[in-house]
Amino acid sequence: MPKTLLHKLWNAHTVREGPAGSAVLYIDRHLVNEVTSPQAFEGLSVAGRRPWRGDTVIATSDHNVPTRELEMGIRDPLARTQVQTLERNCETFGLKQYRLGEHGQGILHVTGPELGATLPGMTIVCGDSHTSTHGAFAALAFGIGTSEIEQVLATQCLLVSRMATMNIQIEGTLPWRVTAKDLALFIIRKIGTAGATGYAIEFSGSTVRGMSMEARMTLCNMAIEAGARVGLIGVDETTLTYLHGRSYAPKGEAWDAACLYWRGLRSDEGAIFDKTLRLDAREITAQVSWGTSPQMTCDVTGQIPDPLDEPDMSIRQAMVHALKYMGLQGGTQIQAVELDKIFIGSCTNARLEDLRAAARIVEGRKISKRIRQALVVPGSQAVKAMAEAEGLDKVFSDAGFEWREPGCSMCLGMNEDRLLPGERCASTSNRNFEGRQGQGGRTHLVSPVTAAAAALAGHFVDPRTL
Amino acid sequence: MKNFETFSGVVAPLDRANVDTDAILPKQYMKLISKYGYGDYLFDNWRYEDEGQPGDDCSLRPLAKDFVLNKASFRSAQILLCRDNFGCGSSREHAPWALRDFGIKVLISSSFAEIFQGNCLKNGLLPVVLAKSRVDQLFDLAEAELPLTLTVDLLGQRVVSPDGEVDIFEIDAFRKKCLLEGLDEISVALEHANDVRAYELRRRLSEPWLFPE
Repeated sequence: MPKTLLHKLWNAHTVREGPAGSAVLYIDRHLVNEVTSPQAFEGLSVAGRRPWRGDTVIATSDHNVPTRELEMGIRDPLARTQVQTLERNCETFGLKQYRLGEHGQGILHVTGPELGATLPGMTIVCGDSHTSTHGAFAALAFGIGTSEIEQVLATQCLLVSRMATMNIQIEGTLPWRVTAKDLALFIIRKIGTAGATGYAIEFSGSTVRGMSMEARMTLCNMAIEAGARVGLIGVDETTLTYLHGRSYAPKGEAWDAACLYWRGLRSDEGAIFDKTLRLDAREITAQVSWGTSPQMTCDVTGQIPDPLDEPDMSIRQAMVHALKYMGLQGGTQIQAVELDKIFIGSCTNARLEDLRAAARIVEGRKISKRIRQALVVPGSQAVKAMAEAEGLDKVFSDAGFEWREPGCSMCLGMNEDRLLPGERCASTSNRNFEGRQGQGGRTHLVSPVTAAAAALAGHFVDPRTL
Repeated sequence: MKNFETFSGVVAPLDRANVDTDAILPKQYMKLISKYGYGDYLFDNWRYEDEGQPGDDCSLRPLAKDFVLNKASFRSAQILLCRDNFGCGSSREHAPWALRDFGIKVLISSSFAEIFQGNCLKNGLLPVVLAKSRVDQLFDLAEAELPLTLTVDLLGQRVVSPDGEVDIFEIDAFRKKCLLEGLDEISVALEHANDVRAYELRRRLSEPWLFPE
């Protein structure tokens, strides 16, 4: 019987069947950050346990790290304690870590693939919901809580409820200056932020096959914003080409054997999904979120919807609430919305391809005088180095952007990069929740291309017109 | 984890859909490295007028008087009534820790986000899923003048209303046992350590590149 990719990965990792379709799954890769791990290590220590397989762990600080003047150290004492706690825990338990500023440090969902630590056929967990990113490599990857971090450290396994399968099949070529981020926002707008709860989404179709690994990662990264813990894309030559020669990827004969196995990691012809959604990429344009949930999104050429047009009272109430928080009115053209800050970064959109796309827009131009601050935060030290080798740092600086050190930065504003109350930001991150980028801050989710265009104009603008 | 026992508690209605974990516990408190002590910061942005920081004495902070948990009748609520997709967003377990530390034992909603739901169960918090129409009714009851008290019986998998109406909910047998007995899941898992070793031997043969020496 033809199998879906999820079923293949699930079966390959089942150590033991659990109750009601759940299973104890074996975990191949465990990415560990400074924010969600300290309590897990403490639990491990208190119980006198050791990591089951420490060699599966890669740790780095990303959420809580400064993005400038690294040589000054971390000024925030709580952040410093947290980073040092991770460093100490890694030493105590003999775990591989990349320290601040070191090549290999960065946002874990950027560094994992870049190091080749993310491989097809793996199960990958991390105490961060955007772990879905790694599904772009046909890995079963999902975010976990701190108790589960402790459990994976102690047992290398997790009891997981079996997800249902959703195939989102996208055909055709995305229009010029429309990106994987726009596609992701379009999907969430269509199915809602709980539209895929309980599902693993597999992205398929000619659009996805034509995408780079960077774009595929952006798509899988946003699966969680549609409620799906897991995003998946089958292996093809693009996957293998990306991985070849990376530090943790197998070499020589082992590489050949691995490729043979990995090529089978795609849904079989005729495999049955619990749900299927078909989209035409040619109909999608640049997207801009207008509210406080990623599903509150419109076309860059469109208007903010008017709550009075919404028949469902509870949805209408949520729209009114969101517009009030955002300081916006229904019926306004989104292009009339003026901005204070620009953030290009995050595990969604801080890879080299993202930075190149934004740089092409701003090259030789200046950002609007309206913009108080425009940040470019590369996803990793490696991305930063590659971008600098191409002169992208100079392109951004000349245009008026600040070029920073890697980290999660203003995506969640745990470090000092954040919005002040009332400030409005075009952001390439993944969540526009109330206060996400700083208390009272107003976030509009966009692609790097749209963020760059907005930086030049000082308001949203259709990037195709530049 | 404490054993989950049958109890009767006041229901606080939080009438918002898609409540995310950033709202349940804002980021600045994720800098703390303890597993306890988050109760005062629960729903911090909605509960207080000012912006709080870890270590603040929250008894001195100005309260947002319209927020449900600030109303006298709900300050000791043990049951939180929520709308669809409660707990979406970040995987932070700090969100269930804050709910637990505030004194919440049960969450009732028409749906929960998956990671959040799992995190609750690991911390003695019971997420109960009921039909949307029933959740609507409970909101009407909970928002009436007298606070609504419900009895939650995990063993019987039922929620009992004062008028005697019984709602049955589902929970898988293993999670139920862990909650009822306050079990440490890791100890249970380690009882099957030999299965894991056998699995690793098989996997070393099929995908040796995942086991570099």
